[in-house]
Amino acid sequence: MKKSIKIIASLLLTIGLFGCDNDNKKKDGNRGALASNAAEKVYVAPGDHDEFYAFISGGYSGNLTVYGLPSGRMFKEIPVFSQFPTNGYGYSEETKPMLNTSHGFIPWDDSHHPDISQTSGKLDGRWIFINGNNTPRIAKIDLKTFETTEIIEVPNSAGNHSSSFVTENTEYVVAGTRFSVPVPQQDMPIKEYKGKFKGALSFISVAPETGRMNIKFQLLMPGFNYDLAHPGRGKSHGWFFFTTYNTEEANSLLEVNASQNDKDFIAAINWKKIEEYVNNGGGKTMPANYAHNVYDDETHNATSTMMKEVLVVDPLEVPGAVFLLPTPKSPHGVDVDPSGEYIIGNGKLSADLTVHSFTKMIDAIENKKFDGDAYGIPILNFEDILSGTVKQAGLGPLHTEFDGKGNAYTTFFISSELVKWDVETREVIDRKPNYYSVGHVMIPGGNSAEPFGKYAVSMNKITKDRYLPTGPELEHSAQLFDISGEKMELLLDFPTHGEPHYAAGIPASIIKENSQKIFKLAENKHEYAALSVNDAKVERDGNEVHVYMTMIRSHFTPDNIEGIKVGDKVYFHITNHEQDFDVPHGFAMIGANNSELLIMPGQTKTLVWEPKQVGVWPFYCTDFCSALHQEMQGYVRVSPKSSNIELSWSLGDD
Amino acid sequence: MKKAGIIMIIGSLLLLGLFKFPLWNIMLGAPQYPEPLGMDIYIEGIKGVQEFDIQNIDGINHYIGMQKIPKPEAMWEFRIFPLVIGGMAALGVIIGILGFFGKINYWGVLGWLVLMFVLGVLGMYDFNTWLTDYGTNLDPRAIMKMTNPDGTPMSYKPPLFGHQKMLNFDVDSFPSLGAYLMFAGMLLTLVAFFIGKKEWKQIKSR
Ligand SMILES: [Cu+2]
Repeated sequence: MKKSIKIIASLLLTIGLFGCDNDNKKKDGNRGALASNAAEKVYVAPGDHDEFYAFISGGYSGNLTVYGLPSGRMFKEIPVFSQFPTNGYGYSEETKPMLNTSHGFIPWDDSHHPDISQTSGKLDGRWIFINGNNTPRIAKIDLKTFETTEIIEVPNSAGNHSSSFVTENTEYVVAGTRFSVPVPQQDMPIKEYKGKFKGALSFISVAPETGRMNIKFQLLMPGFNYDLAHPGRGKSHGWFFFTTYNTEEANSLLEVNASQNDKDFIAAINWKKIEEYVNNGGGKTMPANYAHNVYDDETHNATSTMMKEVLVVDPLEVPGAVFLLPTPKSPHGVDVDPSGEYIIGNGKLSADLTVHSFTKMIDAIENKKFDGDAYGIPILNFEDILSGTVKQAGLGPLHTEFDGKGNAYTTFFISSELVKWDVETREVIDRKPNYYSVGHVMIPGGNSAEPFGKYAVSMNKITKDRYLPTGPELEHSAQLFDISGEKMELLLDFPTHGEPHYAAGIPASIIKENSQKIFKLAENKHEYAALSVNDAKVERDGNEVHVYMTMIRSHFTPDNIEGIKVGDKVYFHITNHEQDFDVPHGFAMIGANNSELLIMPGQTKTLVWEPKQVGVWPFYCTDFCSALHQEMQGYVRVSPKSSNIELSWSLGDD
Repeated sequence: MKKAGIIMIIGSLLLLGLFKFPLWNIMLGAPQYPEPLGMDIYIEGIKGVQEFDIQNIDGINHYIGMQKIPKPEAMWEFRIFPLVIGGMAALGVIIGILGFFGKINYWGVLGWLVLMFVLGVLGMYDFNTWLTDYGTNLDPRAIMKMTNPDGTPMSYKPPLFGHQKMLNFDVDSFPSLGAYLMFAGMLLTLVAFFIGKKEWKQIKSR
């Protein structure tokens, strides 16, 4: 056994090194004249706006970053699954519930696949969804405020990797489990994995008006690993496709033991059929425990609700809804072309790409041409559904996107390149090296019915020599290609924060006009908001003290507070009275065991401080808000626990 | 004097536009305000061009100790102006009707125009006085005390008409739609005067 690992490892290393050597030669040959031309194409003059937004996932940073294309400039980091000291997300009392789960407060996750909401298969720019891999969660970010407004935990799942992808009208966002696990969870021998562990594929409905998410049903599939997913569209709308690996159902040394089958499967799910079955009372509810966290823009507060059951469906109960498409070799990405006809399986251990035909698949199903079954789920005949193969396109294909002009772009991890090929003829048109080890590629709208095929961004796992070295730890890199011509042209590469796992791009024109500038103070329904300076006050309730504080350039009201005692729990509820775009104020309290707050105009946020030492302690504004920013400060006097100094507060009366 | 009467009526009715549209507009632009802040001055009060402009102008002005922009109830002008404009429109319509039926000659039209002109000048004078007070009557505890090269306190009086650079702000002050309607109305009454004069002479000579 050990010998075979060594052989595989050395084989892959050799292939990898060979790939890199090749790249270096090409790279050197490509510099020069091209570089100056490229500079013009990515230059966005000061004050001008980029043509596209690119939302690049932060991978292990647990967030989502917003970039402009073609400039590669970063505009914002949106905290999603991770605490974010920059603005107090996950530290403020209002946002702590966003990170609640059935395992308690989890201030981190591994965020992978952002996907923008669609209407009729086209990007509509209302929301963007992203998955948390580690503790299975799906988050929704509102593209008016660019803030995370909802997070739903996914029970019976582990390694929520084959998500979050949305259907043609955002009917569903899916959450497929990468790891199969006992359902329900239980104490059992790991060796009994095979046949006993289940893979839950969750279909989370999205309310058309509010975007409110709800787990409509979970399909309990055999214990494979569900790697990636893609919705059908057009003619294949109503179907969802999931790649699998480890159809061997090994539970140890998967590197070898899950790479034995020549073919794994793409699971084709007719979700419309299952939806109908569920709407008619099908499926059964089972006890579950998962958090549903919702943030409200008017109360500026998140609430976390623990959900107690989930509806599960056994695929065998809905005949004709689930089929398995054999696909070589441990397929990673599964991608559906804009017409909805071709389902492309990227066998990560092969050099070929497999293109299945949806029409042929339906035909084989109708004629019941099955090649056995897996746990009762019909397996289709590889030859019956195959439309064709892209031969020897590169090594280790991972992901494919489309330009809307009949071309597909596939990333090859091992040979570290982006390959352009014709969807109909399956001929390779062009290939460009990537620096280095590319994962996903993103074309704005490139996984929708209407791609904007001007640029492609590839996201690399290794950075090496691309930038000035920063010690052993380097940021990853993304590369921008002009794909408007026959040949691809490398225009730019730029560092990205965390792991740029996958991205979603959209023309700026679709969302920039909707971007909110302030929160209206008049619409602030926060329970502890001080909407006028006259509402500013300090109240004691046992050892809890609530400070209703206002802020405006350049002072806090009140700015002096006395009568706080050691052992008190002080809640600073601070309302920003500005109603001007881009005038937040910050709040930081010495010795507070959390972070600052960054409070947007019209917003209220709460920070808890538990003073442990007697003294007079300052607080101040952290955001350079005005010429008198340094003067924006105040003091809290903390007296011994036994003290009987009355609560008092003031501003401006010396 | 039929034609003159009709023109007179139309002209004075155009004054009513002031009840809907602003008389004057002052815009304040600066590098950090790519969308300039602005106030529209109506006969019934001052409003921001955008929803929160007044609050933001007040916010900036507090650095140099300027007063807050007055609410309608804080100035007698905003109670009197609507009465004056309404009254002048009504008077103009009455003169027009009387003229139409030949009960009043063209001097009535001119009389209205002169009265309107005098009132307008008084209004402008009052407006300028207010701007002067607003721009120079500063809080002695102001955070920033800017002085002219000769040591006198700087004035922040917005221009009555035209453009002026004021610290980091470009201030533009111009009549707005309501004023243009009023000017058009006054011009029409002037036309009515000349036509009336002609018509009156024709009647006399008959
Ligand atoms: Cu501040």
